[in-house]
Amino acid sequence: MNVAYAQPSEPRSAYVFAVEDLRVEYDTLAGPVKAVDGVSFALRAGERLGLIGESGSGKTTVAMALMRLTRPPARITGGRVILLGRDILAMSPRELRQARLRDIALVPQGAMSALNPVMRLEDQIADAIQAHAPKTSKTELKGRISALLAGVGLDPSAARKYPHQLSGGMKQRAVMAIATSMAPRVIVADEPTSALDVVMQRQVMQTLGRLQGGLGAAVVLIGHDMGLIAQFADLVGVMYAGKLVELAPVSEIISAPRHPYTRLLIDSLPSIVAKKRLAGIPGLPPRLVDLPPGCSFAARCPYAFDRCLSERPALQATGANRTTACHLYPDAAELPPPPSPRAEG
Amino acid sequence: MTPIIEIDGVTKVYPAGFRQTTTALDDVTLSIAEGGATTTAIAGESGSGKTTLARLLLGFVAPTRGEVRFRGKSLARMSAAERRDFRRDVQPIFQDPFDVFNPFYRIDHVLTTPARRYGLARSDSAARPLIEDALRRVGLRPQDTLGRFPHELSGGQRQRIMVARAVLLRPKLIIADEPVSMVDASLRATILDELRTLNRELGISIVYITHDLTTAYQICDNIVVLYQGAVAEAGSVERVIRDPKHPYTQLLISSIPLPEAVRSWGREEFRTTDAAPARKSAGCRFAPRCDSALAVCWSAPPQNFVCDPDRLVACHLYRDFPVAATPDIAAAFALAPHSLGA
Repeated sequence: MNVAYAQPSEPRSAYVFAVEDLRVEYDTLAGPVKAVDGVSFALRAGERLGLIGESGSGKTTVAMALMRLTRPPARITGGRVILLGRDILAMSPRELRQARLRDIALVPQGAMSALNPVMRLEDQIADAIQAHAPKTSKTELKGRISALLAGVGLDPSAARKYPHQLSGGMKQRAVMAIATSMAPRVIVADEPTSALDVVMQRQVMQTLGRLQGGLGAAVVLIGHDMGLIAQFADLVGVMYAGKLVELAPVSEIISAPRHPYTRLLIDSLPSIVAKKRLAGIPGLPPRLVDLPPGCSFAARCPYAFDRCLSERPALQATGANRTTACHLYPDAAELPPPPSPRAEG
Repeated sequence: MTPIIEIDGVTKVYPAGFRQTTTALDDVTLSIAEGGATTTAIAGESGSGKTTLARLLLGFVAPTRGEVRFRGKSLARMSAAERRDFRRDVQPIFQDPFDVFNPFYRIDHVLTTPARRYGLARSDSAARPLIEDALRRVGLRPQDTLGRFPHELSGGQRQRIMVARAVLLRPKLIIADEPVSMVDASLRATILDELRTLNRELGISIVYITHDLTTAYQICDNIVVLYQGAVAEAGSVERVIRDPKHPYTQLLISSIPLPEAVRSWGREEFRTTDAAPARKSAGCRFAPRCDSALAVCWSAPPQNFVCDPDRLVACHLYRDFPVAATPDIAAAFALAPHSLGA
């Protein structure tokens, strides 16, 4: 019931990737902690979703759960991840092995540690292809590796190199070559450019966009940089304390955020267009171990009123293609200007 | 007037493997004025030499050639008393708010130790009001922070304690090396705003080392853009960021992902991949990546051309402009607006 699709009127078959009420818990000494609490979204072929959140918001936990790579102390406790009509969370180990890379591929955070340091690049790409197509001939393999490397803007000579001979940007490109080697339908990219500087970041993201466009694959991009998400994604999902609090098309979320957290997040970004007083979001994210009974953001929210402290807001439609979890709606048509500024501290 | 700190024709060469060297910084001259509460950004990508510059300014590494001077005295030849003044007046804030704490000590330790060592207070209890004032200045509640261990605080809180520690000593200059790159976006703005407030209210000058041009623009009056150890462009942030002249600065600024609905990233570029440049340039270091490179760019390093009274550009495209009269990059800086009347 808590399922929010970007376009609720469309039949489910229009989507290549649908996540329904995903839940992940961490076992801690203080008891289970809901790191991901009922996240739902759906993507059509070629669509790009950006999931944005602060550290601890659960965004990387979502990425791992989408690949079913969740490891203890985390466990997936509920929901479905439907890829081309099949639930990843219900697959047998054999089905899962086949689906990974062929249907859904991961571009992990920190490409430096994703590559095997003692294998040449070509052997690592060949490994991936042969796991799915063992009968590929040597010459065909060679041709495919060159094509994949060219596709990510690497010189064919990079095939013979070891990871330590490549720069950070080149390693990230190599990882993208592996991720797209089986033409997946869904690509999950977990902060793929977090260690790169701006010029390299732009190039890597543009390469990812071109590859994804060519394959018609849906993308889930995890990140904390609203600028990067704005430049890349079609849809933006904002996560806070394990929940999706807003889901909307990128242009709408930037020009008219509905959730107070989204507005504060955007306002906290420095601009190069005009000098302004830098304003962060007062307070800290709540500890997931003892979440308040109402809205998790209430303690930091300038709009909070009584209901926010007692009742947890559910996602509701706040526009043709968007949903927001906030008690201001449906009474308000859009986010009003903030009430009196609250004292910091 | 003697600058508080100046680096004079400094080159820093690091060994890099067998019989190989890396020139992290190549003949850079820059002075930071004493007083005036200036804010200077040193910006560049990884490998540009910005952290080397910070370490030279802090006296952590010695220059291979050239000299770093504190109030006219070379860091290498300071007396113990002068070194103490230097260590008090020039305070660092580091990138990583995790590594700088000893996990076995309560966070009070990093605050009481400098207070005692620099004679601000005779005892821990006498230091307490000073410490509480410093914590409040960075937006922390003393009762929530003192007495806790580092692991009990968030990364943002820990970084603010480092700012408080720097403030406690009322330094003349804070050298902040990527102080917010490991802090969440929502907190980043708060910490930078606090730095700016300290600059205004206490008159502390700031050297802000960063790869992020948007925050440099927001909190600094002047900026130095480094590329592979040399200055590409320097001047007031309004000139350099709003109207970049050097092709490298232009590339950097056009690559910033802006949180705006209109996509500003242009076409995908392969030309500027980070693969080793096909051709080594004896002239401008940026020539292998530059779309506008001329023949002269490959043979002769560019001089600093003064395009505007408050900007210089090290690029042959501007060779019709006069060459800078002094090697000191600070000659291109605009005076901080608020320091004029002060």
